[in-house]
Amino acid sequence: MAMQEGTMDRRDAVRDLLADRAELLVVSGLGSPSYDVFAAGDNAANFYLWGAMGGAAIMGLGLALARPCQPVAVITGDGEAMMGVGGLLTISVRKPSNLTVVVLDNGQFGETGMQRSHAGLGVDLAALARGAGFSEVVTLHDPDEVAAFRPRLQEVGGGPRFAVLRIAPGNQERALPARDGVYLKNRFREKLGIAVD
Amino acid sequence: MNQIAGPPALQQDIDWPGAIHGALKRAGVRQVSYVPDAGHSRLINLAHEDAAMEATVLTTEEEGIALAAGAWLGGDRSVLLMQSSGVGNCVNMLSLLNSCRFPFLTIVTMRGEWAEFNPWQIPMGRATPAALELMGVTVMRLDDAAEADEVITAAADLAFNGDQQIAVLISQRLIGRKKWVSE
Repeated sequence: MAMQEGTMDRRDAVRDLLADRAELLVVSGLGSPSYDVFAAGDNAANFYLWGAMGGAAIMGLGLALARPCQPVAVITGDGEAMMGVGGLLTISVRKPSNLTVVVLDNGQFGETGMQRSHAGLGVDLAALARGAGFSEVVTLHDPDEVAAFRPRLQEVGGGPRFAVLRIAPGNQERALPARDGVYLKNRFREKLGIAVD
Repeated sequence: MNQIAGPPALQQDIDWPGAIHGALKRAGVRQVSYVPDAGHSRLINLAHEDAAMEATVLTTEEEGIALAAGAWLGGDRSVLLMQSSGVGNCVNMLSLLNSCRFPFLTIVTMRGEWAEFNPWQIPMGRATPAALELMGVTVMRLDDAAEADEVITAAADLAFNGDQQIAVLISQRLIGRKKWVSE
């Protein structure tokens, strides 16, 4: 069973989600989600992954546990989230109340030639997150729903939250953030006031 | 003289998991992630009982690599506890630490190297040090229970002050034979 395709423009959806982001800390999954987050506005509080496939959400957990008073969002793709599906279970039992995992779901592996992904072949990510025990699970279909959900990203209680954004298949022009991991790490920590020595 | 030497009696009497826990605390380690393991069971319990530590059970070892990176981004020091069989699961994720020079400390209980009863444990046990080194992780050894504090303290210094990725392998001989029948 194939899912009905999403319709949202991914760049617009991520830009809407990150508008007025304030103190939000963001980890983005490799490939298009990193480009989307960068295109929405570079920020020292963004950590763009260029690898570590399957690790975005769990990296968000380590960050959320370290910064319990700050909201943390992971923005990643359905393929990346699926590779780290065990990590979703780890997050759900650990219950970081300040963490939101956002999955941009186009049902495709966009970076590698548009092969249909498990989500595109019928796996329901939201049901999976619900089964794992995330405190709040939503599926967003249009910009109004994204705008309505946006304030939830600022909450440090009530999580972990899981949001599936149904985006349209197809790639956008690439918007490439810095690839130097040491630079990205140090500017992130500096932004948090941690001495870089 | 054909006897196989067992672990020195002294090893059994020393609370090396307690010593590791103490060394981790002094090193400022706050997050402890683990894949359940008999050799680490006491240390895992100590981490859960310690109000100053955040203990996280993982479904697979490579989660602990990404978790450690996230923890460091947020200002936390962490440690990953696993068994040698899990090291193979971590190989690609170790790129994350290397690319970003994330400090990293893992403590690995060895299987497949000393009086191993289960042949399935042997291939990964034998490959463990080389697999870590291939990915740029410095391998240290804890063979003597009396040195637990010293070795873990040195490893933590190298990791968190020297910005290195460090694995301490705890010898199977130190841990002792797995008991298959309850006594």
